[in-house]
Amino acid sequence: MNAIGVIAINVFRESVRDKVLYNLVLFAILLIAASLLIGELTAGQDVKIIKDLGLTATSIFGLFIAVFIGIGLVSKEVERRSIYSLLAKPITRSQLVVGKYAGLALTLAVNIAVMAAAQYVVLAYMRWGIPPNVERTWDAPAIDPALLVAIALILVELMLVTAIAVFFSTFSTPLLSAALTFALFIVGHFSADLRNFQSVVESPAVGRIARGLYWVLPNLAQFDVKASVVHGQRVPAGYVAVAVAYAAVYIALLLTISTSVFARRDFK
Amino acid sequence: MRTAITIVVALVLLAGAARLQAVRERWYPPALEEETAMYLESAAAVRRISGPYAPLVADLYWIRAIQYYGGTKRRLSPAQGGDATSGAGPGAASPTDDRYALLYPMLDITTTLDPRFNIAYRFGAIFLAEAYPNGAGRPDLAVQLLQKGLRDRPDKWEYMEDIAFVHYWYEHDYLAASQWFEKGAEAPGAPWWLRSMAATTRARGGDRAASRLTWETIRQTTEIPFLRQDAEQKLLQLRALDEIDALQQVVDQVKARTGAAPEDWASLVRARVLRGIPVDPRGTPYELAPDGRVRLSSSSRLYPLLVEPPSGTERR
Repeated sequence: MNAIGVIAINVFRESVRDKVLYNLVLFAILLIAASLLIGELTAGQDVKIIKDLGLTATSIFGLFIAVFIGIGLVSKEVERRSIYSLLAKPITRSQLVVGKYAGLALTLAVNIAVMAAAQYVVLAYMRWGIPPNVERTWDAPAIDPALLVAIALILVELMLVTAIAVFFSTFSTPLLSAALTFALFIVGHFSADLRNFQSVVESPAVGRIARGLYWVLPNLAQFDVKASVVHGQRVPAGYVAVAVAYAAVYIALLLTISTSVFARRDFK
Repeated sequence: MRTAITIVVALVLLAGAARLQAVRERWYPPALEEETAMYLESAAAVRRISGPYAPLVADLYWIRAIQYYGGTKRRLSPAQGGDATSGAGPGAASPTDDRYALLYPMLDITTTLDPRFNIAYRFGAIFLAEAYPNGAGRPDLAVQLLQKGLRDRPDKWEYMEDIAFVHYWYEHDYLAASQWFEKGAEAPGAPWWLRSMAATTRARGGDRAASRLTWETIRQTTEIPFLRQDAEQKLLQLRALDEIDALQQVVDQVKARTGAAPEDWASLVRARVLRGIPVDPRGTPYELAPDGRVRLSSSSRLYPLLVEPPSGTERR
C-alpha cells in the first residue's frame, strides 16, 4: 500500500479510537425516537418528516465531523510535535496532507453509509402495515432508492467541506480554521445571492465583485437535492455528474494549495 | 463498591433536584398556558435563515401549525369552557378576532420553506376554511393558500378540487365551485368524477342531496385518512340537518295543536309523540329552545353544522 493509503487508514483508525463513530448511536436514537413521536405530533407526512430529519441529521453530523476533525488533521500533529517523526519517515508533505484528507473522507463515507442504512431501517419500520393505496398518495415511496442520490451528494459536499477545513488548517489556528470553514459553508449555500447581488446594489463595481465571488467561492447549494428527492422529483444523472465533477475539481484545487502551503511551512 | 456509591449519590442528588422543582412549582405555580407567539412572521426571512435545512424547518413549522390549530380548537370547545359562540359565528370570523390568527402565517411559512408540502396545503385549507370555532372561518385564506400551491404545481388537480370545495361549502359560490371542479377535471390524471361533480354543482349546488353525493364520493375515493374522516363528519352533519328538519316538523305540529311550544323533549316522550330523547348521530341530545326551535347542542362533536344557503337564494 502506498504512503497515502497507509496515512488514510491510520486517520480512520484514529477517528474510531477518538470515538467519532459514537455519533452514529446518537443518530440512530434520534431517528428512532422521532419515528415513535412523529405520529403523535403531526397529521400525515410522517415518512416525509423522517426523511427530512434523516437527511438533515446526516448533513449536520457529517458537517461537524468534517470541520472539527478536518481542522485538527494537520494542526494536531504540529501541536503534539509528532509532525517531526512523521516527516522523518519516507513520505512527502503532500502525501501527508492528501493521506490525512483521504482518511477523513473514508471516515465520513463509513459514517454516512451507516446513517443511510439506519435511515432505511427506520423507514421500513414506518412503512410497515401501511396499505399500498395510502402509500400511493405519498410523493415518493418510503423505501426510495432515490434517497441515495441525496445522501451521495451530501457526502460529496462534506468531502469538499473537509478540503476547505484542511486548507485552512495548514496555515491557521484550529479555532480560526473552524470559524472560516463554517463561514464558507454558509456563504456556499447562499451563493445564488452573490450572483444576483447586482440587482440590489446601485454600485456596478460592488455587483461585479459579488459576481466574481460567486464564481470563486465554493457553490455548495448545488449539492442540496434533499427537497427534490423527498418529494419524488427526479434528479437528472447529468446534474449529479456535473456537481460531482465540480466538487472533484474544487477539492483538487484546495488540496493543491494546501500541500503547497504546508510544504513551505517551517517547523523548526 | 466505589462506583455503586457514586451511582447512589447521583440518584439521590437527582431525586433531590426533582423534589425541589416540585416544591417550587407548588409554591410558585407556573402559568398554565404558554404564550403563543411567532417571532418571525416573514416567510422569506425564515427561508433565508434556515438555508440548506429549509425542508426540516418546514416540518417543524407544520408540526407547530397542527399543535396550534389543535390547541386553539380545544381551548375554544364548549367542553373546555371555551367561548365558542361569541366569535364571529359560523362562516365568518370577525376582523377583530385574533383567535387562529397565527394559523395562516404558520402555513405560509411552511409552504414557502417547502413549496411542495402537499398536506400543508390540503389540511391547512380545511383548518382555515372550517367555520369558527372549529376553524379560522377564513375561506378566503384557504383559497389563497391552495392557489399558492398551484403556482408551484399547476397540474395538481387535488388543490383545484379543494378550492372548489371551499367555494361550495363555505362561500356557497356554486358557479365558482363548478368552474374549479371543471378545471381540476382537465388536469392530467384527474379522476372522472370531478366532471360529474362540476355538472351536479352547476345544476343543483346547495341542494342537500347533491351535497351528500359529493361528500360520499370523497369518502369513497380519498386515500388520505384525515380527508376521509372529514368527509364522514360532513355526512353526519348532513344527517343531523335532516333529523333536525324532521324534529322541527314534529315540534311545529305540537305547537300548532296546543298553541304553545313543548317545554322539553321529556314532555313529548310522555305524550308518546317521540319514542325517546332525540340524539344527534354522535350521540348528543338535540336542544329544544323555549321558542320551539330545534337545534344542535353546542357541546356536540358535530357543532357547528354546515351553513346552508337560505331557501330561494339565487345561485351565484
